[in-house]
Amino acid sequence: MAIAVFVVFVALVLAVSRHTSKKASSVGGYFVANSSIHWGVNGIAFAGGYLSVASFLGIAGLIAFHGYDGFLYSIGFLAGWIVALFIIAEPMKRMGTFTFSDALNKKFSRPGIQLSAGLSVLVVSLFYLVPQMVGAGVLVEPLLGIPHYWGVILVGTVVILIVAGGGMTSTTYVQFFNGGLLLTFAAILTVAVLARGIDTRHLPAEEGSADLESYRFEQVPADFSAETPVPEIAGARVTGRHAVTDRYTGKEQIVFYRISRPVDASFADEHTYTANIKGRTVRFEVPDDSEHPWRLESFNGRDVIRIEDWWLHIPGTEVLVETQFRSVLPDGTGVVNGGPESLANRVRQMGHVSSLPEQYGSSTGAVGPLRYISVFSDRSTTVQRAMSTSFTSDRGESVTVYYEEPTSGSAFMRPGLMFPVEAREGEPAFTTLLNRLNFISLMLALFLGTSALPHILIRYYTVPSAEAARKSTIVAIGGIGLFYILTMYLGLGSVAAGALNPETSNMSAPLLARSFGEVLFAMISGIAFTTVLATVSGLIMAASGAVAHDLMENILKKEVSDTGKVLSGRIVAVIVGIIGIILGIAFRDMNVSFLVGWAFAVAASANLPALLFMLFWKRTTSKGIIASILTGITASVGLIMLSPDMWARYGFDAASAPMPLNQPGIVSIPLSFIVLITVSLATGKKKK
Amino acid sequence: MNHESSASQAAFEQRRVYVGVRMTLIYSIVYAGFVVLSVFRPAWMGARAVFGLNLASAYGLGLILLAVLFALIYNHLCRTQNSGRSSHSP
Repeated sequence: MAIAVFVVFVALVLAVSRHTSKKASSVGGYFVANSSIHWGVNGIAFAGGYLSVASFLGIAGLIAFHGYDGFLYSIGFLAGWIVALFIIAEPMKRMGTFTFSDALNKKFSRPGIQLSAGLSVLVVSLFYLVPQMVGAGVLVEPLLGIPHYWGVILVGTVVILIVAGGGMTSTTYVQFFNGGLLLTFAAILTVAVLARGIDTRHLPAEEGSADLESYRFEQVPADFSAETPVPEIAGARVTGRHAVTDRYTGKEQIVFYRISRPVDASFADEHTYTANIKGRTVRFEVPDDSEHPWRLESFNGRDVIRIEDWWLHIPGTEVLVETQFRSVLPDGTGVVNGGPESLANRVRQMGHVSSLPEQYGSSTGAVGPLRYISVFSDRSTTVQRAMSTSFTSDRGESVTVYYEEPTSGSAFMRPGLMFPVEAREGEPAFTTLLNRLNFISLMLALFLGTSALPHILIRYYTVPSAEAARKSTIVAIGGIGLFYILTMYLGLGSVAAGALNPETSNMSAPLLARSFGEVLFAMISGIAFTTVLATVSGLIMAASGAVAHDLMENILKKEVSDTGKVLSGRIVAVIVGIIGIILGIAFRDMNVSFLVGWAFAVAASANLPALLFMLFWKRTTSKGIIASILTGITASVGLIMLSPDMWARYGFDAASAPMPLNQPGIVSIPLSFIVLITVSLATGKKKK
Repeated sequence: MNHESSASQAAFEQRRVYVGVRMTLIYSIVYAGFVVLSVFRPAWMGARAVFGLNLASAYGLGLILLAVLFALIYNHLCRTQNSGRSSHSP
C-alpha cells in the first residue's frame, strides 16, 4: 500500500513537471516562469518550498525527542518571514529580474557584485540541500526497504528530472501541489491526534501490524549489595558494566549492566531456533563456538537460547530497567537486542506517557488543542523520553543503548532539554555561557536567515508585480504559521503514541501516521517525499540561476546567449543534484533541522547585510557589499568547519574544537555587518 | 502629471517602508524578549500563563499568531494607502 501511494505521488509530481515544462524554453520561462504566477499560487508554493523536511520531519522529531526545544525551530523559522515581508519582498521584486544579485547589480553595476552574490547563492543552496537529501534517504529507507543511499540517489534523480526539464514553472507547481498537501494532511493528522487523546496504558500497534503490540520495557528488582548486582531473573548473571559519569562532578549518572540470561527457544529446523526477544520472534542460527554472543543450552530441563543484553540502573534505585541496543562485534557481526541483526530483528519503537494528572486517570480521551498542550505541560504528567548512549564495551564491541528516561511534563514543555541553557551542578561558568550563546546564535540565524535564503528570494521574481510579491508573502505566512502550530501536535502525538524510532528522530511524523493505519502512513510518507522534491527543486533552481546567470558571464567575460543560459542552467542542475546526493549520503545520521540551522546562519551572514544596507544606507558601496558577502560566507562556513560537531565528525574530541560554538551566527552575522560598514566608509566618497 | 504620479508613488513607498520597519522593530523586540526569557529565566517559562498553557507554549504560539496578525495589518495598511493614492491620482 505505502509503496503504491508513493509511486502515485512521484508519478503525479513528474506529470505536473512534464505538463509545465513547455514554458521553460526561454530564459524568462526557465528561470522565473515568465513572472506570470498568480500571487495565491505563489504564496502556497512559497510554503511548499519553505516547509522542507526540516519542518515536516525534523521539527516533529525534535519535539518528540526533546519536547519544547524542538518547537523553538518552528518559532524561529516563522519569525524570519516578518523580515521577508516588511523589508525585503517588494523592493526585491522592483529591483531584480532573475536573481537577487540582479537587485544588487542594478544599484551598483559592478561585475564583482554579481560574482560574489552568485557564489553566495551557490554555497547557501548546497548547505540547505544536504539536510533535504538526508531526510529523503531516512524516509525512503523504511518505506521501500532500500538502503539510505539508494533513497538519496532516487530523490536526486527525480529532482534533476524536474528541474532540468521544467525549470521554474514546474518547480512552482510542484511546490504548490506539495504545500497544499502538507497543510491538509498535517491538519488531518492533528485532528486524529486530538481525537485519540493521551493514554498511559494502551498504545497503538507498531509497524502497521496488529500482531506487533507496543512493547513495554520490564523492570526487575536486583540486589545491589554485592560487588555485581544480582538481578531477579532465573539463570541470569552480570557479565559487563558501563557507567555514564557526569562530566563536571564525576558522579555516576546512569549505569548499564550487560546481563547474560536464558530465553525460551523453539526448534525451527536444522541448527536454527526461534526465541521471543522484546516481543519479536527472532531466528537464531546456533553457532558451534562458545564465544558467540548467543548459544543454545539446556536450562531447568528445557531448550533455551542464552543471550546477552544491556539493562539500565539509575543510582539510588533498586531495579534494573530493560533497554534496547545495537552493537557491532569486533569481527563485524551486527547484534540487535541480543540476537542477530536482520530485517525481522530491528530496534522497537519507544517513548510514551506513563502518568497523567490525577483527574484524567489513565486516559484523557479526546481533548481540545489547548488542553492537549496543557496536559503535556503538567508537572504530574510523566513523559518517557527516548534516549541513547554510545560506548565501546570491555570486549571491544561498539554499542549504542536506547533507553527511556522519565521526564516531568513541566520540564518537557519548557526550554532546556536540547539546549542546556541552565547552569548544571559543577558546570564551569564559561560552559554555561557557551550553551547560552549557542541558543541565542541559533535563534538569531533563524530570524535573519529566512529572508536571505536563495530559493525564497527567487520566488519574488515569479510574480508580475511588487504588490503580488507582498500578497504572496502574506499567504505564505498564513500557511506556514498554521503548519508550525500543527508541528507541536505531530511531535507530542508521536510520543503519546509510542511512535519514536530511537535510531532516528526524523521518522516520528510518518510513524505517528502509521499508528493510525497504513493508508495515512502511505499518504504522509508520499507527502514527505514530495516535500523533499519541492524544496530540493527550488534550491537547485536557485543554484542553477546563480551559475548560469551570475557566474558564467563574469567568469567567461563575455555575454552568453539565452539558449546558452538555459542549457547551462540545465547542466548546472544536474551537477548540483549529484553533489547534493554525495553530501546527503555523507551526513545521514544528523537531524535535518539541526543541519538546516547551519544553512540559515550562512544565508543570514552572507546575504542579509548586503540586502538591508543596499536598501537603507545611502553610503553603502559596491566594495562594501562584496567584502560583506565574502566575509559572511567565509566566516560562517569556516566556523562551522571548526565547530565541536564537525570536529567530532572528523574523529577528534569535540571539546578540543578550535571554535567552541556549534552555531556560528552570533559571530559571523555581526562580523559581516561590521565589514560592510567599515569597507563602505573607507571606499565611499567623502563629504566635503 | 507624470511628476505628480511619481511623487505620489515615492510618498507611498516611503510610508510603506516606515510602517514595515516599525512593525519589524516591534516584532523583533517581542521575539528578543522570548529569547532572553528562554535563556536567562527558563524556569519562568514553565509557569502557568493563559488557557492552561505554560508561558513557553503561550509565548511561542503567540509569536506565530502575532506574525500572521502583523502580516494582515500590514497588507490592510498598504491596500488602504494604495487605494487612497490611486483615488488622488489623475
